[in-house]
Amino acid sequence: MRHTIAVIVENKSGVLTRIAGLFSRRSFNIDSLSVGATDNPDYSRMTITVEGDKDVLEQVIKQLSKLINVIRVSELVPSESVERELAVIKVTADKDTRGEIMQIANIFRAKVIDVSARSMIIEVTGDEEKINAIVQLLRQFGIKEMARTGKVSMVRGTRVIKA
Amino acid sequence: MSNKMTGAQAVLECLKREGVDVVFGLPGGVLLPLYDAIYQSDIRHILVRHEQGAAHMADGYARATGNVGVCIATSGPGATNLVTGIANAYMDSVPMVAITGQVNTWLIGKDAFQEADITGITLPITKHNYLLRSAKDISRVFREAFYIARTGRPGPVLIDLPRDVTVDEVEFTWPEVNLPGYHPSVKVHEMQIKKAARALMEAQRPVIYVGGGVKLAGAHKSLFDLATKINAPVTTTLMGIGCFPEDHPLSLGMLGMHGTKYANYAIQESDLILAVGARFDDRVTGKISSFAPHAKIVHIDVDPAEVGKNVRVDIPVVGDAKNALMALEKEVQPKPRSAWNEKIDGWKRDYPLTYIPDMNIIKPQFVIEKLCQLAPDAIITTEVGQNQMWAAQFFVHKDPQKFISSGGLGTMGYGFPAAIGAKIGRPECDVIDIAGDGSFLMNSQELATAVVNDIPVKVAILNNGCLGMVRQWQELFFEKRYSATILGRTSPDFVKLAEAYGAMGLRATKPSEVEPVIRAALATDRPVIMDFIVNPAEKVSPMVPAGATLSEILELEWCEEGHISHLEKVYADARKAIFGEEGY
Ligand SMILES: Cc1ncc(C[n+]2csc(CCOP(=O)(O)OP(=O)(O)O)c2C)c(N)n1
Ligand SMILES: [Mg+2]
Repeated sequence: MRHTIAVIVENKSGVLTRIAGLFSRRSFNIDSLSVGATDNPDYSRMTITVEGDKDVLEQVIKQLSKLINVIRVSELVPSESVERELAVIKVTADKDTRGEIMQIANIFRAKVIDVSARSMIIEVTGDEEKINAIVQLLRQFGIKEMARTGKVSMVRGTRVIKA
Repeated sequence: MSNKMTGAQAVLECLKREGVDVVFGLPGGVLLPLYDAIYQSDIRHILVRHEQGAAHMADGYARATGNVGVCIATSGPGATNLVTGIANAYMDSVPMVAITGQVNTWLIGKDAFQEADITGITLPITKHNYLLRSAKDISRVFREAFYIARTGRPGPVLIDLPRDVTVDEVEFTWPEVNLPGYHPSVKVHEMQIKKAARALMEAQRPVIYVGGGVKLAGAHKSLFDLATKINAPVTTTLMGIGCFPEDHPLSLGMLGMHGTKYANYAIQESDLILAVGARFDDRVTGKISSFAPHAKIVHIDVDPAEVGKNVRVDIPVVGDAKNALMALEKEVQPKPRSAWNEKIDGWKRDYPLTYIPDMNIIKPQFVIEKLCQLAPDAIITTEVGQNQMWAAQFFVHKDPQKFISSGGLGTMGYGFPAAIGAKIGRPECDVIDIAGDGSFLMNSQELATAVVNDIPVKVAILNNGCLGMVRQWQELFFEKRYSATILGRTSPDFVKLAEAYGAMGLRATKPSEVEPVIRAALATDRPVIMDFIVNPAEKVSPMVPAGATLSEILELEWCEEGHISHLEKVYADARKAIFGEEGY
């Protein structure tokens, strides 16, 4: 089972190492991890996807909560939250394929952000499945390079996860 | 009024405000400014001979007094020498602050002379650590460090102190601790206490399983009140030893791999286990899937992450052990002795901890019994191996702060420096390190520290000429192939070693010499090494083989026919090879 957790941490040096170290030391598997600023400059927010059963998830949350620099840890249930990831994909493209690629991009509401004689870069945002789907479709043209941000997630409605 | 001072002076001011009266350490280049401030302060500094000794002394001091222990080491090798001691304190949840020197801030990351990334190295073995980058942060960081070290589940905190930070001037302030991410759980949930109390009242065969958390919370009196009110038998882990008086009828002694048969049987038949400040370690539970198969489990722990980590828990109680036990005691009704108590008493009669006494050769267990008889109130520290298990089994422990042993990490070389630390913290007590001949050598250099500072600790070496615990496993599971476990007893000559340092050395080779040696050691106010030449073939018994269920505990044949003479011959051959003669 995959679980998504949001971790609010103090914005200090070494915090990422503490978290990454905890995961490797306790043999927890991270699928994806993203870090970025929050509205409060003292805190950052991480979104971590972990693989494991309920007991593993419970340990992950408890062990993370023990770190002094961790302010808050919450599980984000997929059905109750919105999830987004951004990917930029460099696809092989020439004058014969460019049109078709742009069509696919349109269907996914993806953007073309760079074009050259033999390639183009597509930017796409969405949940993981959507990104997987477009990646799958673009493969036939040849993917030269890809970078994904890892997902960020937020609970729907009025509930907030803050420090 | 201005409060201007150097960073080094600020560090000492912090230590003073935290009530630190003794620190253990050894200086080096980057620590010169700090040591200069120490020289001019009235703090007591114990100069060790190896930084590992400093960490273990701080640890032993902390365990004997309940105060935060402080150790200091210089950058690079000094800091890395602390690592084992910090890991040891981490595993056993000992409150400690370790201060390491670091190269100047502008050199960090440049592989400067004697630079080591000690905050990186100790990340997984500290409760928290800090790299100070500015003198203005000193007081905040020190205050936080002491607070973190001693509250909640205690543990070591390391502060890395670059040289320039100790030289810079700073206006001293003393800010309140403000840690938004740290809220140790202390209060217990009333509902959970009610549930736990009901479970205790309904149980027919309850067992209280006590770990080091009871010591750390100072909860032993509350434990006693609860256990005696409901006539529940009590077993302790190695870390919990002393939390319940072992001469009490409800005491089951220690459980687990080398626990008593009756403690292990009781656990396996129990219908309710009340675990307090214990963490279901593999040395305790045996095969985890068949641990206490009939029991409901109530788990009281201050660390929420321990609850449910190794076993499923029916009633979790997160919070301070003392608060929890006091609340539980109020909630339960007195219970009379029951058939369960009778059954346990039967097991205690049928399967007592014993050994076969011998008139000619010193049995290690006999030495422990004599120590217990002659110094019943002593603080006992131990090394690791058979000596540790015999010290746990054959000394009658009654005081939680008087049994000090490396449980989680199992660090050979811990007991002697820990004894020095304990003696400094509790000078009125006799302090005895029950040691193995292998372990003692791992920090024997601290004999100099004991002699020079006049710290009269006593070391009782159970000299079996081997790395006994490992040899025992080789005897049992590797067909007596004694790969790298034979030490041979005479190198060094421990009596001469003691004398070389200016300590007293005494030796007993026959059972009749044991008591006079102990008496002589206790009578002097000097540090003493007692070298007890014990049966080399003795095994720690009973034993649950690794991975077996607790009830599969075996009574080991104390030693096989002819095996003593075999081992003695191995030793004699080794001696001949070294000295060309028999030795003593
Ligand atoms: C630092 C360290 N190295 C190795 C071990 C593994 N080990 C556990 S017990 C033991 C033997 C200890 O020998 P000794 O101190 O003579 O004690 P005995 O078992 O003979 O009483 C060893 C090597 C350890 N626990 N710690
Ligand atoms: Mg030995």
